[in-house]
Amino acid sequence: MNSFFARKFVVQGIFIAITIILLMRLFYIQVISDEYILSAENNVIRRLPIYPARGVILDRNENILVQNEPVYDLMVIPREVKPFDTIEFCNLIGIDKKGFDRRFKKARSYSPYKASIFEKQLSVQIYASFQEKLSNFPGFFVQNRTVRRYPDSIAAHFLGYIGEVNQKVIENSKGFYSQGDYHGITGIEKSYEELLRGQRGVQNLMVDALNRPKGNYADGKYDTVAVAGEHMISSLDKDLQKLGEQLMKNKIGSIVAIEPSTGEILSFVSSPGYDPNLMVGRQRGNNYMALLNDTYKPMFVRPIQAEYPPGSIFKVVNALVAQQFGLINENTYFFCPGGYRYGRQGFMGCTHVHGSIGLKGSITESCNTYYGYTYARMIDQAGMRPVNAYKKWRAAVSAFGIGTALGIDLPGERNGLLPTSDFYTKRFKNDRWGSAFTISLSIGQGELGITPLQMANVMAIVANRGFFYKPHLIKAIGDENVIKEEFLKKNSAGIDPAYFDVIIDGMSAVVNQPSGTAWYSRIPEIEMCGKTGTVQNPHGKDHSVFVAFAPRENPKIAIAVVVENAGFGATWSAPIASLMVEKYINKKISRPKAYMDRLIDANLLPGSAKVIRKQDSDSTRNKTVLTEARVKSNE
Amino acid sequence: MNNQRSLFFNVDWFIILTYLTLCIIGWFNIHAAVYDPMNPSIIDLDTNYGKQLIFIISAFIIGFAILLFDNKFFNTFSPVFYGITILLLILVLIIGRNVGGNQAWIPIGSFRLQPSEFAKFATCLLLARYLSSGTIKVQEFRTQITAAFIILLPTALILLQPDAGSALTFSSLILVLYREGLSGYFLVIEGLSIVLFVLTVLYNKYVVLVGVIALAATLIYFYRKSRKSLTIIGSGFLFSVLFIFSVDFAYNKILKPHQKNRIDVILGKVNDPRGIGYNLNQSKIAIGSGGLWGKGYLQGTQTKYDFVPEQSTDFIFCTVGEEWGFAGCFLVISLYLFLLIRIVNIAERQRSSFARIYGYGVASILFFHVFINIGMTIGLIPVIGIPLPFLSYGGSSLWSFTILLFILLKFDSNRMGII
Repeated sequence: MNSFFARKFVVQGIFIAITIILLMRLFYIQVISDEYILSAENNVIRRLPIYPARGVILDRNENILVQNEPVYDLMVIPREVKPFDTIEFCNLIGIDKKGFDRRFKKARSYSPYKASIFEKQLSVQIYASFQEKLSNFPGFFVQNRTVRRYPDSIAAHFLGYIGEVNQKVIENSKGFYSQGDYHGITGIEKSYEELLRGQRGVQNLMVDALNRPKGNYADGKYDTVAVAGEHMISSLDKDLQKLGEQLMKNKIGSIVAIEPSTGEILSFVSSPGYDPNLMVGRQRGNNYMALLNDTYKPMFVRPIQAEYPPGSIFKVVNALVAQQFGLINENTYFFCPGGYRYGRQGFMGCTHVHGSIGLKGSITESCNTYYGYTYARMIDQAGMRPVNAYKKWRAAVSAFGIGTALGIDLPGERNGLLPTSDFYTKRFKNDRWGSAFTISLSIGQGELGITPLQMANVMAIVANRGFFYKPHLIKAIGDENVIKEEFLKKNSAGIDPAYFDVIIDGMSAVVNQPSGTAWYSRIPEIEMCGKTGTVQNPHGKDHSVFVAFAPRENPKIAIAVVVENAGFGATWSAPIASLMVEKYINKKISRPKAYMDRLIDANLLPGSAKVIRKQDSDSTRNKTVLTEARVKSNE
Repeated sequence: MNNQRSLFFNVDWFIILTYLTLCIIGWFNIHAAVYDPMNPSIIDLDTNYGKQLIFIISAFIIGFAILLFDNKFFNTFSPVFYGITILLLILVLIIGRNVGGNQAWIPIGSFRLQPSEFAKFATCLLLARYLSSGTIKVQEFRTQITAAFIILLPTALILLQPDAGSALTFSSLILVLYREGLSGYFLVIEGLSIVLFVLTVLYNKYVVLVGVIALAATLIYFYRKSRKSLTIIGSGFLFSVLFIFSVDFAYNKILKPHQKNRIDVILGKVNDPRGIGYNLNQSKIAIGSGGLWGKGYLQGTQTKYDFVPEQSTDFIFCTVGEEWGFAGCFLVISLYLFLLIRIVNIAERQRSSFARIYGYGVASILFFHVFINIGMTIGLIPVIGIPLPFLSYGGSSLWSFTILLFILLKFDSNRMGII
């Protein structure tokens, strides 16, 4: 013992104080804070997504339109990379030293410990030669994944394409998508995304500090398996689609073919198109930009996004509506002196002097005068104010699916244009206007916009004599062949079946009578009923339109063909449609090769981008011209 | 006096039991730390836990051998031990093996000797001998200088390796001097230095300076009547100002970048979990994820999968924290506290001041290791590589702590005898 004995308590006090500090800190990080528990799980558990195979899309005969093909992504874990022969490596995967450094830097800045993609989608050949020498390149490995592959390179607009999800999609998906996932961006891929994508699985793997797998977490208790996407049977006929795309080569326009008895779309051609395989693989970005900047806008889905004044084919609709209203019948004759006079000075020319002409003849010979009178009866002599008569007329036309989107199972469908009475009241600044003011509607010109799909649908209505099914692309989903309810619903066009006979007679004569406008496009042994049309194009040469259905009895196909800047409907659209119809019904084409070659070889693309732009500026001026002035020619 | 010859009766069994318990806890945790679930095995002498078993057994043998030495042996030969240690410390600088940046090891066959570990008890012994000799008074400046020389010579040699962690250990011996009469102001100065150091590194030195001036002014105002207090406050103020500037200078000019980084990370100046802070961050995650009761023996994922570096040596406490939770940590820390309190009590019951002073040396060094090591794993202090006594893997450290402790037990078993 000595005088400083009491200092023992100071020393022991220090020991106790420090112990308490240690224990308090431990209590905080172990018991109170849960930050460290989460960090520990992040450290050790890797949630590996197991990607499901995306649903395959088939044509109506169960031929494959799009399937999945394995690709090989070259992955790298920068920390595990040891010195190796960079030159050999670069030669193998076809990059230069600079490209190598850039990629490696990117991977390392992402994470030195985690695997990241070094090079996307190696080809099978590169993969094979690389795999052999993989052991020379520690830290690199190959991960396989599937991409879309289109064996026939057809139906790009119909199928659509997939692409990596962006930040917005990830946020809106409530955790479904994560960085690097693919989703449908257009076409069927988009509209059926939720069925096609399947269900992603998760494998919870434990890893050590060097990211080496150390077995399943909790014996796989929290793992889930991937569920493949549903396969889809589409309504498309592969061979017909192929022929359609071939025929539309070097032309701008659309072909839409519908099976009238179901509403299934047999062919959906948008031209110019593109090879859907361009939207897959390492060159995707470049291809996409090239397509986007193309003058002829190959990404534009013309069958549902291009709107045209329908031209003479609209006479079919007016003829049916007027009969339904009881204002004309098959025995109604008008006198055609080569044109129709209206208002004080108005004159709508006709192609010929038809003299006295009946309803059937008016369709076959496409008499403008006949429809000028008919339209005047519907608007001015309906026993009500013309404005109200117009409303009634408009409602009847709407029932044909004109003026509103039909609701096809594709994104981006346009409504088209069928003006309301208010539109004209506003334009003429009062509501005392009559047929004379809107007379061009009688022959399908003026303020009308109809998509090729709507045109084909009108033909389906005529073929069915009064009703249609919503046109659609997918006829059966998954193993149980589910079909969407809405596609089974019969929609009435509001026209009595009896009124169709005379119209169909007229349309048959268009094709099958030597004097008909489409006589050149008749098909041996098949009675096709059609109607040609020429759409006035203020931007350049007129558009050629032909609509038809066949055979007359028990129709199998209704079709609309639009070829832009091609002139008369009979010259280009009608023969194309006739080949399509024959191909679909007979599975072969009887016409001589030269007949087809003329169509395939024709280049009807407008001269150059420069010309088009100039005409575009002209057209803005033209739009302000009143309807009366625009009525010019028809067939 | 009857029991004078009955050696084992007089040995303090509480300490031996605590010591053994800690060694066994250490062994189990080393096993868990190197456990490979893909390739489990119980005893394998090639592994760390296999070797540690040999170390524990041999340490125990060394411990009992020490008990058999003559009581006067350690007192008499303390200058020799000290001399040998100093020679070894010089030798290691010349022929030592460089492991992890530190030239601290002398390879002997397949083992590696770490002289800095043995410097601890040698220094304690010589310090005890010097301070216990007849006329010495710690209050005298001459004594303070000599004592400081005894402590700082091995410290300086260890710093040259450079092994800052082990060198810092010797600073704990100030507690011994304090017990023997060193003014309490030295403790206060040490505490003040630490606070000023942290503040100066964290904030601009002028901000800290303004704070010190404000504090001094306040104190002077309240103690303006007492001349003595004013002198103390004045010299404290002067010290603080000088200290701030020297820390600022040392921190910015003398410290190596990696040392600066370590300080920065612990003080939260930089946040870099993948870089320099990796050890600390992973260590905190391992301990923090243990919860109240831990994940269970061999169930720790962070330590098992090597997220924590040095996990069987300096970071062995992570395994305790992760697998045994707060409960396990509480037990281990309580055992250490019990050991420390007990050692101080034993020191105080010695008749000879040599034994008492040595006892305080043992307590100080053990305390410093425990506090710094555990504090480091839970982010209270910078990462300083020193082992956790009795738990950490390693022969040199286990043997050195065992020798340190058993020499005291030897003295204690003879406390009734004539000096």
